[in-house]
Amino acid sequence: MEYMPDFKLHRPDNIEDAVKLRAEEPDALFVAGGTDMIVNVRRGIEQPKHLIDITAIQELKSILPDGDGLHIGAGVSLKELQSNKDVLRDYPAVAEAARAVAGPTHQEYGTVGGNLCLDTRCLFYNQSEWWRQSNDYCLKKRGDTCHVAPGGKRCFAAFSGDVAPSLLVYGAEIDVVGPNGRRRMPLTDLYRNDGMGHLTLEAGDMLTAVRLPKALAGSPSRYEKARVRGSIDFPLAGAAVRLEMDGKTVKDFVVALTAVNPYPQIVKRTDTYVGRELTEAALDEIRELVRKQAKPMRTTTVAPWYRRRVVGALARRLTEELAG
Amino acid sequence: MSDDAKQSVVRCTLNGRPRRDFVPDNMLLVDFLRETVGLTGTKIGCDGGECGCCTVLIDGEPRHACLTLAAVCDGTEIETIESLDTGGRLAAIQRGFNEKLGAQCGFCTPGMVMAAEGLLRENPNPTDDDIRAGLAANICRCTGYVKILEAVHFAADELAGRSEEAAA
Repeated sequence: MEYMPDFKLHRPDNIEDAVKLRAEEPDALFVAGGTDMIVNVRRGIEQPKHLIDITAIQELKSILPDGDGLHIGAGVSLKELQSNKDVLRDYPAVAEAARAVAGPTHQEYGTVGGNLCLDTRCLFYNQSEWWRQSNDYCLKKRGDTCHVAPGGKRCFAAFSGDVAPSLLVYGAEIDVVGPNGRRRMPLTDLYRNDGMGHLTLEAGDMLTAVRLPKALAGSPSRYEKARVRGSIDFPLAGAAVRLEMDGKTVKDFVVALTAVNPYPQIVKRTDTYVGRELTEAALDEIRELVRKQAKPMRTTTVAPWYRRRVVGALARRLTEELAG
Repeated sequence: MSDDAKQSVVRCTLNGRPRRDFVPDNMLLVDFLRETVGLTGTKIGCDGGECGCCTVLIDGEPRHACLTLAAVCDGTEIETIESLDTGGRLAAIQRGFNEKLGAQCGFCTPGMVMAAEGLLRENPNPTDDDIRAGLAANICRCTGYVKILEAVHFAADELAGRSEEAAA
C-alpha cells in the first residue's frame, strides 16, 4: 500500500452542502463507508485533493415507506438493508444481495449508495501503484493499452456490485441531486456499458436514494453469486431472479446479472417465457439465454468461460427454486 | 470541524476515556491508534480490509481501522483489544481464546477477538453457523478456525453462566 495522499476532508451535514462542495472542487470524491474507495486511494488509483465524507448526513440514512414505494437512503448500511423488515418481506433478493457483499464487518459500514456506485474492477486495475507502473498502467487509469484486450480502445473492467441486480429485477428508481436540483430516474439509466465511465452521473451529482415500487412488493426473488472466497469476496458472476408464477405457468420473470459486464444488466427476452411452463427444457433454454448475454472478459483470475457458465447455472438454479 | 490546514479535531471516547486530538485529515484510524495513542494491540495485516486484523468496535460495531479515517470518528466511542479486560482480569472472550487455544501465531487474534466480542453483544447465543458468518471478515492463516469456534462458544457459555467455572 502507498502512503495516503495529502487530501482535505470535508464533513457536510446536509445534501445541499455536499453537492456544493463537490461542484467547487472538481476532483473531490464522495466517500461513505470507504470499504472500496479508501483501498483505491491507498493504491494510488484515486489521488483526490478533497474527500467529502457524507456519513454525517442523517437524511441519507433512512428506510421509509414513501407513497407508492419504499425509499432507501443511499447512506443506509448494508447491514441495515439486510435486516430491515420491509426489505426482507417484500424484496427478498435485495436483502440476500446485501448479505452477500464482502464480509460482515464491511456490511456494518458499507452503504447502499457505495455499492451501487462501486468502481469497476479488473485484474490489471485493482493493483498497487508499483504493480501498475511496472505494467505501463492500463487504459482505465494513466495508460493507453488495455491489457485485457490489447489493441482495443474499450475498457472491460467488470461492475462488481451485488446490490444493483437485485434492485434491477424490481425496476428500482434512484434519486440524484446535482447542481441543477433533484431528479428521479430508473436505476438502469445510472449505468452504461463502459468500464472507464460506467456511471452516467455528471460532475457534482450525488446519488441520494433508491426507490422500490410498491406494486412489486412481495414478488418472489433470489440473488446468488459465485466467488473465490466464500466468506468475503467480490462476485465472479452474480444473478438476481424475480419470478411470479400463475399456477404452472410464468406470470412475470426478470433476470439481472452482475460482474460479467462493465455494467449490471437486465437479461433481454425473458418476457418470452411469460405464459409458458418451466419444464426442464425451458430451464435449459433460460440458462443458455443468460450465458449468451454475459460477456465476461479476462478481468479476474478466474477464466471468462467459467464465469459465463456459472452465471447461466446460477440463473437456472434460482429460477427452478423460485418456480417451486 | 476542520480548518484549511488539513487537520480535524476528533473528540471521541477511546476505551472508556474521553480524548480530544488534532489529527491529519488523511490519517487512518489504525495509525492514530498505533502511532499517536500508542495502542499497538490493533494489528495491520493486509492493509486493505481483506483480513480483519485491524477490527475495532466503533459505537459497539466491528469496523476496519485500516479503512476508517481517524477524522470521521469524531463523536464516536472506540473500543480496542486493550479495553476488554477489567483490572487485569480477562474478558470472557479472551479467556475463551486462552482456554481453548484459539490463538496460534496470534497475529489475527486481536481482530478475531474484537469481531467475536461484537458478535456476542449482538447474539449472545450463537450457533456454529452464526460464528462462522459473524467472523467471515477475519482470516487466520494458521487456519485454526475450529479452536476459534470453540473459544467463542466458551465465552458464550461463560457469559450465560453455563460454564464449569460459573457452576463451581
